[in-house]
Amino acid sequence: MLNLHKDHKNLVLIAFSVFVALSIGVAIIPAYQMQEYEPIPGQKDLTNSERKGLGIYVSENCVACHTQQVRNIEMDAVWGDRPSLPSDYFYSKQRMGIWRQSPSLLGSERTGPDLTDIGNRQPSDQWHLLHLYNPRLVVEASIMPRYSWLFRKTDTTAIQDGDITLPRGNTQMEGSEVMVAKEDALHLVAYLKSLKQFSFEDASPTEFIPALPKKEGSNATSTKSEQSMGANLYQNNCAACHQGNGRGVKGAFPPLNGSLIVNDENPEMLIKIILMGYDARQEYGMMPALADNLTDEEIKAIVDYERSSWGNSAPKVPKEIITRLRDSISNLP
Amino acid sequence: MKNNLLLILQTSEITSENWLSSPGVIGTIVLIFIVLFLGIFIFIKRLNRYVDVLEDNKKDLSEEDFERRLINLDKAEVDHILKARQQGFKDEEKPADTVEAPSKYSGFIKKIIDPENPLFDEKARSTTQIKISKELKQIIVWYLGAGIFWLVFGTLVGQYLGMKFIWPDLDKISWLSFGRLRPVHTNTVFWGWASLAMVGLGHYVVSRTSNREIFNYKWSKIAFWLINSCVFIGNIFLMAGINNGGGEYREYIWPIMALFAIGLIIIFFNFYKTVATRKISEIYISNWFILASLIWTIVLAIIGYFPSYQDGLGETVIQGYYMHQGVGMWFMTFTLGLVYYFLPSALNKPIYSYSLGVLAFWTQMLFYTLIGTHHFVFSPLPWWLQTVAIVFSAGMFIPVFAGTTNFLMTMRGSWNHISKSYVLPFFLVGVVFYFVGSVQGSFQAFRFTNYLWHFTDFNVAHSHMTMYGIITFLMWACIYALLPKITGKEPPQNLVGAHFWLAFIGLIAYMVSLMVGGTLKGLSWIEGNPFIESVILMENYWVWRAVGGTLMFISHIIFAYNFYLMVRKKKKVKHSFLPDRQAQKETLNTQSN
Repeated sequence: MLNLHKDHKNLVLIAFSVFVALSIGVAIIPAYQMQEYEPIPGQKDLTNSERKGLGIYVSENCVACHTQQVRNIEMDAVWGDRPSLPSDYFYSKQRMGIWRQSPSLLGSERTGPDLTDIGNRQPSDQWHLLHLYNPRLVVEASIMPRYSWLFRKTDTTAIQDGDITLPRGNTQMEGSEVMVAKEDALHLVAYLKSLKQFSFEDASPTEFIPALPKKEGSNATSTKSEQSMGANLYQNNCAACHQGNGRGVKGAFPPLNGSLIVNDENPEMLIKIILMGYDARQEYGMMPALADNLTDEEIKAIVDYERSSWGNSAPKVPKEIITRLRDSISNLP
Repeated sequence: MKNNLLLILQTSEITSENWLSSPGVIGTIVLIFIVLFLGIFIFIKRLNRYVDVLEDNKKDLSEEDFERRLINLDKAEVDHILKARQQGFKDEEKPADTVEAPSKYSGFIKKIIDPENPLFDEKARSTTQIKISKELKQIIVWYLGAGIFWLVFGTLVGQYLGMKFIWPDLDKISWLSFGRLRPVHTNTVFWGWASLAMVGLGHYVVSRTSNREIFNYKWSKIAFWLINSCVFIGNIFLMAGINNGGGEYREYIWPIMALFAIGLIIIFFNFYKTVATRKISEIYISNWFILASLIWTIVLAIIGYFPSYQDGLGETVIQGYYMHQGVGMWFMTFTLGLVYYFLPSALNKPIYSYSLGVLAFWTQMLFYTLIGTHHFVFSPLPWWLQTVAIVFSAGMFIPVFAGTTNFLMTMRGSWNHISKSYVLPFFLVGVVFYFVGSVQGSFQAFRFTNYLWHFTDFNVAHSHMTMYGIITFLMWACIYALLPKITGKEPPQNLVGAHFWLAFIGLIAYMVSLMVGGTLKGLSWIEGNPFIESVILMENYWVWRAVGGTLMFISHIIFAYNFYLMVRKKKKVKHSFLPDRQAQKETLNTQSN
């Protein structure tokens, strides 16, 4: 009938049409359906500068190493509060003009951290710029490339208003030279800072699929696990700036080892800074407020860890102080 | 089997506590051992030969050697000797022509055994030569030559990228930064090396199995320039920071990829017309695979680049579909077509089962097309699409088993070819990797294994297992099987051996280091350790990857030199005892293929 062994026309025609039919079913129709998702009410479009930053993110091909998807499995819970939804990508995944299609932001490899929520995790301009200029200045073990072509070298006398400079000490400038961030760097940082997972009230919380069976509370090891929990939390939330060894980055992020505030008998100032952020000193970058990101237990673990590491030896703090301070803050107007 | 599969698919509880006993992990470990055993098998075969040579050297060679030489004589040589001796008897008065021959050679040819080089000792040279038209030969050499250029360039880039994992501050040039260079590596070896080599070899298969010349050689040349300029311009654009959006394997923007697509359309019509006017009534199975892979890839390129359904996550659906089909419908399908021709032809026997090939063809189309979304398991894509992908990933066992069985059964009984030449070892490694790489890929699609391995360096190991272990090894097997036959020049076996072993050992080092490192990385994430720890723990594995990569790269340089030896125009040094050998060969002109 079809005689595929002898009739080349039928053979090619069948191979062609079955493949097209399958492709329509498994690719084109689902693609059309996925395209119809609308943004979550309240979700904001990218600003002009952020969109330009997205363009640089794509042309430097950051997606080769950074994902932007929180999967619905437990290990991804560190990258966002909830699994990603199709609507999350409504504004960022749009066709970029005639020549370039919608960017493949979800990524397929996590050589570097996921960036879904990087804007919340790391809201400091200074950190991002320094990190782009030379990642190893702020994250010692990083293997990310330098993006030094996003910066230009000028003389301190030639700096104009609005120019954003990098600390001269870190960047090893000679004489009166200084690194100034180019427009592109600023756009890129604007885009990175805009990456905040949008939280909405009436979201039906999707559960993360767990990996490890829940640990039964064995009290014998509780002090040890508390210590390591503090260390982990510190790594995830603080070490990017203050560094794993607590020494900070000179001229950008203050050291915690030997710090008067950290070692103070009275921990209130330290806890307040963690809860509310801090931007009082010119020579250092801004510290973000972490009240919404961390629970009281977590803050206690971090504070205890900081006060007992790198040569610091201050007493542990009771959880009640943290709860009290948090309440007093939320009562502020 | 069926029940097992269902069980695996239904495992809903995911725990990392006993990850070692998860079916996907166990399966993968078994598969890696298969490859290691294969390496040991080939090595032992070769070692046997080595020991034989040593022992032979100890004995008084005269008698055994005499016998072996008698056995090893090929037909032409025997004819010549007989003729010379007959002449010797006939014209005793006038021995002018043959006076030297009997005294110096006493009727036998000395086979040279080189005991100083036992691991790569000289093998019997391929005796069959095939006469093909000048145009066809030129086209094949063009395509292969350009392909090999891109192989060396692409893997040089890959090698450089591998080193950047260890020394991230290797350079500060924007054009050479990791993000921009990575797609240069992948696209070059895809569209440059593998595609050109496949199409070049395809010309030979289509023309040979249709028993006629290629329909139009001019078209072939146009397609050649289109594909090469696509890769050339595309790479420059990528390095300049102009890419399509970062989706893997479609980083070239559409006007550049269009060059490639037009090239494919031209090649398709060229091959189709050739097959349509074939002088044999049956369409050989290779042509099924080759024609189908061309038409599928044309469809694929159009779907992959067509804009109207690609905003939002629509793009992600297409990306999964596109990147999987790029490998499955283009490289895998086309290469299988080539193997269905070159493997039996190299062993000089028919393929084990023709109908198994037909089964593999249709299941390849049905199952492979549906599994693209397994690159996005646990992503926000619809759950049904992910499930379809996982189920049909398991279905992939059918074409893979069918293909592997077919090839291995064809090789059965010819294992001694392993010690005779390097063509069969290349085929064997390719076929075993076809089984191992594909089955491992299916395992990786299961939920737990995906949980553990997705986003880690394990993916990179998998893609090298397939694109390198399968496609590239099979391509080399075909090239070493074909070129000496049509050019009459063979590279020295020790260079081919060096190529084989460096590539094979390099690949194993590459693969195992990234698999182990990737697994540890996944476990580190599951345990909730800080991310940077997973970067630090990878360092040693990245070093080993770079070492493996270096071996692979060196083997490519040797391969390029071997290619040069096979195609160079220099006149062949004539055998003094057989001045008319060439002419005789041409008259013999075995059509056994």
